[in-house]
Amino acid sequence: MASFSTSEFKAGMKIIMDSDPCAIIENEFVKPGKGQAFNRVKIRNLKNGRVIERTFKSGESVEAADVIDLDMQYLYNDGEFFHFMDPESFEQYQADESAVNETKLWLKDQDMCILTLWNDAPISVTPPNFVELTVTDTDPGLKGDTSGGGGKPATMETGAVVRVPLFVQIGELLKIDTRTGEYVSRAKA
Amino acid sequence: MNDNWQPSCNLEALQQRAAMLHDIRAYFYAQNVLEVETPILCNAIGTDPYLDFFATRMRGTQLYLQTSPEFSMKRLLAADVGSIYQITKAFRQGESGRYHNPEFTLLEWYRVGFDLFDLMDDVEQLLIPLLKKSAFLLKAKRLKYADVFEKYTGLNPLKFSEQDYRAVAERLGFHDAGKLCGSEHSLWLDFLFSQCVQKQLAKNQVCMVYHYPACLPSLARRNVENHLLVERVEIFIDGVEIANGYFELTDAIEQEERFEQEILQRMDNNSASVEKDHRLLAALKSGLADCSGIAIGLDRLLMVLAKKENINEVLAFPIRQA
Repeated sequence: MASFSTSEFKAGMKIIMDSDPCAIIENEFVKPGKGQAFNRVKIRNLKNGRVIERTFKSGESVEAADVIDLDMQYLYNDGEFFHFMDPESFEQYQADESAVNETKLWLKDQDMCILTLWNDAPISVTPPNFVELTVTDTDPGLKGDTSGGGGKPATMETGAVVRVPLFVQIGELLKIDTRTGEYVSRAKA
Repeated sequence: MNDNWQPSCNLEALQQRAAMLHDIRAYFYAQNVLEVETPILCNAIGTDPYLDFFATRMRGTQLYLQTSPEFSMKRLLAADVGSIYQITKAFRQGESGRYHNPEFTLLEWYRVGFDLFDLMDDVEQLLIPLLKKSAFLLKAKRLKYADVFEKYTGLNPLKFSEQDYRAVAERLGFHDAGKLCGSEHSLWLDFLFSQCVQKQLAKNQVCMVYHYPACLPSLARRNVENHLLVERVEIFIDGVEIANGYFELTDAIEQEERFEQEILQRMDNNSASVEKDHRLLAALKSGLADCSGIAIGLDRLLMVLAKKENINEVLAFPIRQA
């Protein structure tokens, strides 16, 4: 089984911690004067996204996680599984609800996203930073009303609810930042 | 390997380094301390259980890249050359990170007839011109290890109770400390000091922590009044360790015993095996005058003075680009 020594640790490395696949976010080598060196590591659990801190004695080894990120095209949701395709090999993968999680709010048919596989099974999906989605529902709002700059909620075709400016109407195509869930601009259709 | 040939640091950092080296040499010249050079490639290597080294071969002979010039310099001291200093490269396997590069520049010096307190005065004087350029306070703060350890952990570093130490680590949020340190007192001290104490030491000022617990002795001699303490000092700036010094152990018999203990400890840790340095022991047997010595990591000193976040910002070519 592949393993990494603490001296190989670096950001982005995938390891197994508490039997879950994790990614190293930050690795700090701590060497007190003449004593035992430690690696203080911040890691993200790739299944639930939680960030934890761990300390290792330098020189210890940890099991490597067979995790890869692939660029995939989102195809459709059959009610139970979300289907993705590698646009080069046409190989298809299906991810369950727990892997897709909140990301489903940003998944639009045909869009490219990153599928993270652990031992060849999808564990998480990362949407593109920006997506273009159509507004399916929002209050009509008064024309020319620019007061109360807070905007209004709008429901998008994927089910995501985004705060938008008052002038936005149903049927418009908007550019949204998926990292913050915020409205960016109107998109040119 | 990519073809990124450009330096990792900027021109200003190169100039600051040159100025720092100049100031250091000017200080020791004025103090009449002799600059020396000793081999980087050596026949013997230190037994420190927590240092890993680079080894190489010259035809059939095993050689090592020094982890510090300490042993060679002590042989010069035993030959009665008087106070000496050296600016040299040292190498430590596996030490890589924000504050570490496996190859680094070390300023090491020994003052004959100095005790630990004289040495602290000496460090303070040496650093003044460097600190002036970076708007740091010039007066160093001096703290006893036991006082500062107790202040931030509530624990007595000279009395070990695994239960109490575990409770404190839990309270401070270090839930994996118990598993990591077990019943090893020195490991607990290293862990708690580096995680809970060090970062809280004086900002914008040099901080000298002295009189370490005797379970962390290395090559320091014991305190004459309290045998639970050793004559060791560590220097910190903005919570970053930059130097480690001792009122040196000169007793050849005690030195040989410590070598043997460390060799056993290396075996327990499955570290590469080493032999004790017989030339150093012979030099100590012939007699080493009372002296104090200290080594400053110059890359890290530069990093702290220049307020840089990463050692790579003060190195022309860190290991990945070397």
